[in-house]
Amino acid sequence: MSTILECKNLTKRYGNFTALDQINISLEGGHIVGLLGPNGSGKTTLIKIINGLLTPTSGEATVHGKPIGVESKKVISYLPDHTYLNKNMRIRDIIDYFEDFYSDFDTKRAYDMLAKLSINPTDKLKTMSKGTKEKVQLILVMSRHADLYVLDEPIAGVDPAARDYILNTILSNYDENATILISTHLIADIENILDQVIFIHNGHIRLSSTVEEIREQNGKSVDALFREVFKC
Amino acid sequence: MPWNLDSDRPIFIQIVERIQLDIISGIYHPGEKLPSVRELAGIAAVNPNTMQKALSELERSGLVYSHRTSGRFITEDTEMIENLKASLAEEKISEFFESMTKLGFQKTEILTMIEKIIKGEQE
Repeated sequence: MSTILECKNLTKRYGNFTALDQINISLEGGHIVGLLGPNGSGKTTLIKIINGLLTPTSGEATVHGKPIGVESKKVISYLPDHTYLNKNMRIRDIIDYFEDFYSDFDTKRAYDMLAKLSINPTDKLKTMSKGTKEKVQLILVMSRHADLYVLDEPIAGVDPAARDYILNTILSNYDENATILISTHLIADIENILDQVIFIHNGHIRLSSTVEEIREQNGKSVDALFREVFKC
Repeated sequence: MPWNLDSDRPIFIQIVERIQLDIISGIYHPGEKLPSVRELAGIAAVNPNTMQKALSELERSGLVYSHRTSGRFITEDTEMIENLKASLAEEKISEFFESMTKLGFQKTEILTMIEKIIKGEQE
């Protein structure tokens, strides 16, 4: 498997505050990776650097060996923590927009998923509940045939039944050689679909391991280990 | 419906156990084709790599075999399935005896109790 994402000595400072300190990460294709850490640990900063929304203070991030830029954005499908979509737009117009914008967008897949979740494509985004909006955004992101999916808190506002469907959607829709990086607090809910986890704390990587290794070595779930490591 | 998995044991072992049980109890028949790794991962709501690992493990034990291009199948060796069934039954029984012994019962007492319960069911 080839390396999709590589971060080398990645550091980000906001004034005196160091959000990320010499982070090294290497992600290969075909994995679902959980980026886990308490609030303010640097998860979103890292994700924003990977997506070219922030520039690192030092160090570098590369996708397929190339620096972050137009080429990397073509192969990364990103779900941000805040919506950037125009709330006055109807879903079908947003889909047209995505189809225009991304050459790897699968329109049929998007409509299929909307139908499964009983979301009306003629509805405007602003008339939808928080959870439904989140579902729409995730559908848009998962409808691309990307190499790397970066999902920042994808299931936070969604009810448990829809959560199961969404996890299933993620499992059945990403391409075999693609990798998914998911940041979340809801570890117990997504633990079974992850194969690797990265614990991040105060801008440092505390642990990088596979889910099965954690369970074998500690005899406990990733969720339980997280609660232990980050006990307040 | 995602499979009910314990949170404190490796996931692939639990998948192996679950599929073994499905074979023993006849949900999967000898010689039947298994769904693809992807499909099974979707049904169980687990990572496809973990499902792959579990299926490789089942293959190693001989309970499942793969045809290079057409997928994975349940063994046609019914004797192997019967043996697995017998060894699982033994396991369950010794677990039962262990917990009854912890409660302070002797083996003969346990047997008498079992007989009594079976009679009660028949009446």
